[in-house]
Amino acid sequence: MYEFDYHTPQTIDDARALLSGRDDPKLLAGGQTLLPTMKQRLAAPSDLIDLRKVTGLDGITGAGDTLRIGAMVRHAAVAASDEVRQAIPALAALAGGIGDPLVRHRGTLGGSIANNDPSADYPAGCLALAATISTDRREIGADEFFLGMFETALEEDEIITGVAFPVPRKAGYAKFPNPASRYAMVGVFVAQTGNAVRVAVTGAGPGVFRVPAMETALASDFSAQAIADISVPSDGLLEDLHGSAEYRANLVTVMAKRAVQSAL
Amino acid sequence: MAKFHVTATVNGEEVEYLCDPQQTMLDVLRDELNLTGTKEGCSSGDCGACSVILDGRLVCSCLALGAELDGAKIETIEGMAEGDELHPLQQKFLEEAALQCGFCTPGFLVAAKNLLERNPDPTETEVRYWLAGNLCRCTGYDKIIRSVLDVAAEMRGS
Amino acid sequence: MPADKGGNGAQSGIGAAVRRKEDFRFITGAGRYTDDITLPGQSYAYFLRSPYAHAQIAAIDIAAAEASPGVVAVFTGKDVAADGLGGLICGWMIHSKDGSEMRTGAHPVLALDRVRYVGDHVAVVIAESLAEAKAGAELIDVDYEEYDAVVGVEAALAENAPQLHDEVPGNLCFAWELGDKAATEAAFDRAARRVTLTFANNRLIPNAMEPRAAIGDYDRGTGDYTLYTTSQNPHVARLVLSAFVGVAPEHKLRVIAPDVGGGFGSKIFIYAEETVCVWAAAKLRRPVKWTAERNESFLSDAHGRDHVSHAELALDADGRMLGLRVHTRANLGAYLSTFASSVPTYLYGTLLSGQYDIPAIYVEVDGVFTHTAPVDAYRGAGRPEATYLVERIVETAARELDMDPVEFRRRNFIREFPHQTPVIMNYDIGDYDASLNEACRLVDYAGFADRRAASEARGRKRGIGFSAYIEACGIAPSQAVGSLGAGVGLWESAEVRVNPTGSVEVLTGSHSHGQGHETTFAQLVSDQLGIPIENVEVVHGDTDKVQFGMGTYGSRSGAVGMSAIQLALDKVIAKGRRIAAHLLEAGEEDITFDGGSFQVAGTDRAVPFADLALQAYTGHGFPTNEIEPGLKESAFYDPVNFTFPAGCHIAEVEIDPETGVTHIENFVAVDDFGTIINPMIVAGQVHGGVAQGIGQAMLENCAYDPESGQLLSGSFMDYCMPRADDLPEFVVGMTETPCTTNPLGIKGCGEAGAIGAPAAIVNAVTDALGIRDIAMPVTPERVWRAINS
Repeated sequence: MYEFDYHTPQTIDDARALLSGRDDPKLLAGGQTLLPTMKQRLAAPSDLIDLRKVTGLDGITGAGDTLRIGAMVRHAAVAASDEVRQAIPALAALAGGIGDPLVRHRGTLGGSIANNDPSADYPAGCLALAATISTDRREIGADEFFLGMFETALEEDEIITGVAFPVPRKAGYAKFPNPASRYAMVGVFVAQTGNAVRVAVTGAGPGVFRVPAMETALASDFSAQAIADISVPSDGLLEDLHGSAEYRANLVTVMAKRAVQSAL
Repeated sequence: MAKFHVTATVNGEEVEYLCDPQQTMLDVLRDELNLTGTKEGCSSGDCGACSVILDGRLVCSCLALGAELDGAKIETIEGMAEGDELHPLQQKFLEEAALQCGFCTPGFLVAAKNLLERNPDPTETEVRYWLAGNLCRCTGYDKIIRSVLDVAAEMRGS
Repeated sequence: MPADKGGNGAQSGIGAAVRRKEDFRFITGAGRYTDDITLPGQSYAYFLRSPYAHAQIAAIDIAAAEASPGVVAVFTGKDVAADGLGGLICGWMIHSKDGSEMRTGAHPVLALDRVRYVGDHVAVVIAESLAEAKAGAELIDVDYEEYDAVVGVEAALAENAPQLHDEVPGNLCFAWELGDKAATEAAFDRAARRVTLTFANNRLIPNAMEPRAAIGDYDRGTGDYTLYTTSQNPHVARLVLSAFVGVAPEHKLRVIAPDVGGGFGSKIFIYAEETVCVWAAAKLRRPVKWTAERNESFLSDAHGRDHVSHAELALDADGRMLGLRVHTRANLGAYLSTFASSVPTYLYGTLLSGQYDIPAIYVEVDGVFTHTAPVDAYRGAGRPEATYLVERIVETAARELDMDPVEFRRRNFIREFPHQTPVIMNYDIGDYDASLNEACRLVDYAGFADRRAASEARGRKRGIGFSAYIEACGIAPSQAVGSLGAGVGLWESAEVRVNPTGSVEVLTGSHSHGQGHETTFAQLVSDQLGIPIENVEVVHGDTDKVQFGMGTYGSRSGAVGMSAIQLALDKVIAKGRRIAAHLLEAGEEDITFDGGSFQVAGTDRAVPFADLALQAYTGHGFPTNEIEPGLKESAFYDPVNFTFPAGCHIAEVEIDPETGVTHIENFVAVDDFGTIINPMIVAGQVHGGVAQGIGQAMLENCAYDPESGQLLSGSFMDYCMPRADDLPEFVVGMTETPCTTNPLGIKGCGEAGAIGAPAAIVNAVTDALGIRDIAMPVTPERVWRAINS
């Protein structure tokens, strides 16, 4: 790693103050992506501002039809949370399927969505559940938040504080992991909230995306059968060593069906 | 860059050290505290050779900073046996030869210990899934999985 | 086995599942691997590596790096050349069909004017800290002129392909052949049926969990050099570094391989990094340490496999094999690594008869240079490639004949021993029906049809695949390998030092890096001398302690290393009898040795081993003018033949047709390793080998970009290592026909799993899908495409 200064602010205001007036500061929110990148000398922030001790970022609270998870809540805590398991079991299952235990005990919800890796799991959950991302200055709907590969609506110095998930009637998540990295090669989150159904896909494209044709079909018939013949075009999907665009397109339909089957 | 003065509890003993911000927890354990039982296998959080327990949570010490450990409680392989008394997992690994070259072994033992502290009655699938973050190139995992399941059963029985 | 024996078998001797003596230090974190060693005043080396697969180096400017904080020195290939060091060598000469010697270019320790693969060594920066060495390396300005690169064998052999070495026209290192071409053609002419297959054997990256590491040290007072390194064969490293590279005189260079965290072949070879560490330590008069980062392991550890083969099998009307014809193109990488040329030739072509009575075999192998990391021995080394070819074409032939694959194999098994194959090897013993039958029993072959029907009822596809492998281990008879081009003899040495208190140190040239030699070798001594295993210490991995040895690879340590120990033990016992004869005032011929005691036959007059040892060192009880005092014997054992472990692996898989995911439902391995010293350790060796074989078949693939030559699978994020949740529980069975050509009957067990497993998996997948062939690794996408094509 290149040299940097390390800070552990206690409040959001302190964190904001540190973000302004430094050369190239970066927020540290678990570090499972940022630290390896820095070790490879591919990132050279002047300052690391660790959000670990900032108050107000670490709670899980259920209030009626909304579940609120703080930005610094670690994946393992989401997976193990009784509130999450009762309100949105699919979200707990998603968190419990991220990477491996070592990653899940460090990685955070805020860190994951701020990075917006096209293969990360959380963006699918946020988008399908129509979550609202709270920051130190505003609230951003998931549809507006995720902009494309590693891009979000966040300002340079904006800090995610938490995510509010509307509690769905039913939701399911099915993931086909990349066999090597265990990121999602394709992950599909299906959520029925009220009468509407949202289907969000991660891993397959350059960023998380919805599948309107599946959403329409599932709104009238929430069954795997209803979407069995609906596929996404492979044009523009990701291709790598592990899977072609065509194969990923197939997996979108298969995983969507399995997400529906698993929906509770 | 200013050095950080850190006071932490490692294997039940309070330690103090000075470290640079860019020193990882693994660097501190190996280079500052001379605890070389924790290994570096990849430096990117993908192999689990550097597994330690930080405040009760299993983490890769290569992806944590030494500077963040002030006040933390850390458990490494060196603290797993109590004096001359091996932890049941260590004992079982010994009895079943659940290791070969030994390089990944500290990580597996630490990870398995953390699993059994959380889940005293894991299924084989749960054990395999929990240990999926730890790579072993020698054993094919078979004896490791068997040993963890056997120890879980023995610890429940006792 | 000798008639005289100590008789400690039940507790800790041969055949007992003794706990591993080495494990206490590993389970407590007290193992001492190279990177755990810190020498006073140690500096850190970082290698600047080529970012290009093929480029000319016009100039290297190191001035800024030298001035960088903490940097002690920067060296390039010119500095190495100026000191007169030789290049890295390949120790096996292969001759082409026309009798000419293999062609190869120089393999400089640090590149001179050309780089030939991504990761090739351009310069080394040595600094007070690793961070400072890396920072310095970033300031080196290399003026590269990038050239086109080739990564595959076909592209490299094409006309106008980019050329690697001026000395190697057409990138063809050798065009080798083995077998009787005319006889094989005649067999094909009279064949009722021919079966052909063309396939690749995928390239693999070894990935021992401990990355390679080295510490060079130099004592200016004595002129002694010390190299701590992650080596499977420290004496060979010393020999190469002294006699060929010329870093230090052999007698002034001590090579220590302390605890080594797995090798699988990749730590046999002598690489640039350890060479530089020991050379630079002497230049700088301070220790120089290097530890590979994992990305360097991916780029620069010698890779394995990487063949493209065309195979044809000739059969008569009754399904009996008449002939096998093979043409293989083997990717050697950019330079010839230490044993690279032997792997796709004598370790491969000689095993193409498999377990079958094939009257005629002819194999051609083209060794081809490409702009990729050097390829050398990786667990199995040539034999997995041979088994994969034979067992894939055998299974295919059975299907095309509409015969049960088990029955087809039985029809063609070798049953009379010794058996001379058409490709050099003379199998001493085996029972291939026994391992096949036992494997069928363990997998419940009879119940497979029902299980398949049950899978189909659930919308899944189920398949079963067989692999009746054979390998040649116990490498190797020195005269034989010498005649085939080996630059060294492949005997092993041992020294048994009995201490005055009766405890024993065994010094061996074998090296343990996970195999458990500290236990199995001690078991042999305990068994033969009748002393507790706790009183036996196995010493290895240090050229100052052990006089010479050839190291551990090719499943040779049991068959060759332990045979050497046995010979030394025989000498110890023989001398003990002479001493006992004097002590007990009897004729030497009347002294027996049993249960740890020398005894006058038919009497109760006896002297326990420990008492005799003390007498040997005091010399008070016998005439030292007739018998030398002391009790220490050494031996060199040169095998008279290879050993031939063989067995049968069966895989049963179930496939999800929607995703193409293959799940292993059953994996059975039944092996005949001859005499087993420690069944617990042997089972572990099988498990690990099978895991690597399954890895090759289903998960692992080293991929280079065909245009740029960049390594695409350069981290654990892209190179798919088998993890705990990828693998099933293994069912392991044993049969036993002791080897007839070594004193202990041991055949060797280290590589069988990696050799047998891949064909079993691919045969099972092709069976499930009803297809002829599928490429390894059988990824979900490949399976899905096969279903949907």
